[in-house]
Amino acid sequence: MASPRNPLHAADHSSATNAQAGYPSVFSFSTHHRVIGRQYFFLSLAAVLIGIVLSLLMRLHIVWPQAPLPFLGQIKPEQYLAYMTMHGTLMVFFVLSVAPQNAFGNLVLPEQIGARVMAFPRLNMLSFWTTLISFFVMVSALFVTGGGSMSGWTQYPPLSATISAGAGQGLGTDLWIVSIAIFCVASLMSAVNFITTILRGRAEGMSLMRMPLTVWSWFVTAMLTLLAFSVLLAAALLLFSDRHWGTSFYLPAGLVVNGAAMAGHSGGSPLLWQHLFWFFGHPEVYIAILPGMGVTSHMLSTFSRKPVYGYRSMVYSLLAIGVLGFMVWGHHMFVAGISPYAVMAFSTLTMVIAVPSSVKVINWLGTLRGGRIRFTIPLLFSVGFVSLFITGGLSGPILAQPAVDMYLHDTYFVVAHFHMIMGMAAVFAIFAATYFWFPLLFPDRIMNEQLGRAHFWFTFIGAYATFMPMHFLGLAGNPRQYSQIVGSAEYLQKLLPIHVFITISAFVLASAQLIFIYNLIYSALRGKFSGTNPWESTTLEWEQDRRQRIRVHHGPYEFGPREDSRRDYTVQSEPPYTYKS
Amino acid sequence: MSKPAILPPHTTHTEPKIGGRGPKPPASVGLGGDDWRNNPPGRRGPRERLKRFRVALSLVLISVFVLFIGLTSAYVVRQGGGTLDTNTGVFTRDWKPVAVPQILWLNTLLLLLSSFTIEFARRQVFREPQVTEEWFGLGTPTRRASLPWLGSTLILGFGFLAGQFVAWRELNAQGIFMATNPSSSFFFILTGAHALHLFGGIIVLTWAAMASFLNRPLESRQIATDCGAWYWHAMGVLWLYIFALFLFVK
Repeated sequence: MASPRNPLHAADHSSATNAQAGYPSVFSFSTHHRVIGRQYFFLSLAAVLIGIVLSLLMRLHIVWPQAPLPFLGQIKPEQYLAYMTMHGTLMVFFVLSVAPQNAFGNLVLPEQIGARVMAFPRLNMLSFWTTLISFFVMVSALFVTGGGSMSGWTQYPPLSATISAGAGQGLGTDLWIVSIAIFCVASLMSAVNFITTILRGRAEGMSLMRMPLTVWSWFVTAMLTLLAFSVLLAAALLLFSDRHWGTSFYLPAGLVVNGAAMAGHSGGSPLLWQHLFWFFGHPEVYIAILPGMGVTSHMLSTFSRKPVYGYRSMVYSLLAIGVLGFMVWGHHMFVAGISPYAVMAFSTLTMVIAVPSSVKVINWLGTLRGGRIRFTIPLLFSVGFVSLFITGGLSGPILAQPAVDMYLHDTYFVVAHFHMIMGMAAVFAIFAATYFWFPLLFPDRIMNEQLGRAHFWFTFIGAYATFMPMHFLGLAGNPRQYSQIVGSAEYLQKLLPIHVFITISAFVLASAQLIFIYNLIYSALRGKFSGTNPWESTTLEWEQDRRQRIRVHHGPYEFGPREDSRRDYTVQSEPPYTYKS
Repeated sequence: MSKPAILPPHTTHTEPKIGGRGPKPPASVGLGGDDWRNNPPGRRGPRERLKRFRVALSLVLISVFVLFIGLTSAYVVRQGGGTLDTNTGVFTRDWKPVAVPQILWLNTLLLLLSSFTIEFARRQVFREPQVTEEWFGLGTPTRRASLPWLGSTLILGFGFLAGQFVAWRELNAQGIFMATNPSSSFFFILTGAHALHLFGGIIVLTWAAMASFLNRPLESRQIATDCGAWYWHAMGVLWLYIFALFLFVK
């Protein structure tokens, strides 16, 4: 009997339409990976909307600090800092770590490797609901007395370890730490589940080198998650202990906070936090971007109707980026006062990462070259990803030079760098994935093409218009994390027109997302029907008959003309065929 | 009827290098393709779930070890910490090593013993004659054989936790608390985090012991006992690591 609550039976229908109609709603405690994928998707959608609003408030405050805003009044500097913290945290943790990995991973990963379910469906459900609790704890920090934490998403001590340092440093920061600890546990559970599924759940014939690159990227990302989030948990535990149990891990002696000397602490090192945090933090940026790389490879191959150029080098470069990602954390600390020898090592290793990254870029371009490209919306966003990855990536080696970084580190140049490569590029991959897998996200519907095109062009131009000028602000010496430019030093006053331009384009960029939201709702309700395998893709998530035993006979990206059919693609599970000639 | 044009061979997409080496040869020649490994997930024989749980367990252990590596590397770094008096230019280290309570030796012994008992319990649930007997419904021999070992492991485990508690009280009686010195902070945090993780093992083993009375399938009991046992061994190794740190890195 088909019971929708049992994931083993939920897909026992002859067509995807019926199977999906039988899925439990996203508001239920379901163990089905597609439902959980949707739940993660909506969670990160909620997080990204809050994050966008916060960023707009920040942009408004920078150019117009006296502005009386509805409901909020005039934004105070400490509020600005709280918004900055919450914007960073929500975007990094609840959008960039959740959407590419957990939302789309759950949505299609088991099907792509020919498994029917995740390895541990109930653990999967637990991961989602734990993440949701963590999200509520995080957002609640905005509404408690004192407001959100002011110490940024990196929570550098002594500021973050000192309760008396400001309004948001009390309950707001506690909630931040608790929320992140919960998030760590949820991510670890999810990573265990992903790796086990990929290692043990693959169908017959699905060798590791036949996995789609999306699966490879989720695999590497899950391994990074497993190693990185444990360290963050350790660091957060010590931070909490410094705040409440009177220890001195991060707090040095002789601190003067708000004019009062702080007693009871000595010998701690704020650098210790930075080491632990960035040992997590740098892999974290790869956790955000690697799934995007996988998705981009997948899209570029599918829509240029060509196999991925250099499949193996794509896999090895993914692994290389994953390994190197753990060796470069010190490049976030060039100005923190670490040993110059360590700086040299970190700087060299950082520049080494450019090699596998370039391998990927060249392979993407090689995949596009000579293809019969279908300019669909997912392809546009994937090309946008490549473009932003190059633009944002090129400022990476610049910042990897210690001497240059001394000047640029605390300026808008860094803001431009990580928003281009980690923010916008990853978001473009999320958009590509949303447009591509929409028929699986909302049963058998497809997103509107015209609206999609408008969304793409406004977002693409908006992204460049918003973040490109920040490079020039940084080169001109505009410090980041300052709440106010107006009424400050004269050289900053001169930069105000650029800030005004950025704010305007940020609003354009944000409004473009309204097109996306409208398209999402409209297409979910009245979108065109997709039919089976709307993109003529080769991977197994579009495979319809779930009752049959899946045997994989082909590589993941076998595009190209066939003799026996008019099709130009071969689904991985198709039986092998031989040429008659 | 329109037949697509015959394509020259070099445009075919079946180049062997693209995305894999081609299909694997059948794993069991002569068995008529009756190899469980070729079945879809969920139908790969009696040990499939066990193997899956073991993979997951090893991943869990990796993340637990990384957590403790994070904490202990902070321990090592913090040892060199201190305060620089900017007037005199004198740097004073503030690390005063905790005198390890003697009861920790006893606790270590208990935990090592419990590793043996849990290993006996683990082996009992896999003994083929007993498993077959139980599978036929002839009594509950695996339960009878494993339960005493499980029970003694739990007792030893609780003994260890109680011993740790005594150690904390002893230090408190000497006036050493969490905030007294960085070494004592680390002592409490590391032992506390280890105790918490060991308690997780106790929960799993308690479930494994209870499951035989709750008529859970033998397979589930095997998995709980097996994974609980490996976890327990790992917690023993972790404790030795932490204890050695207290003894030798101070």
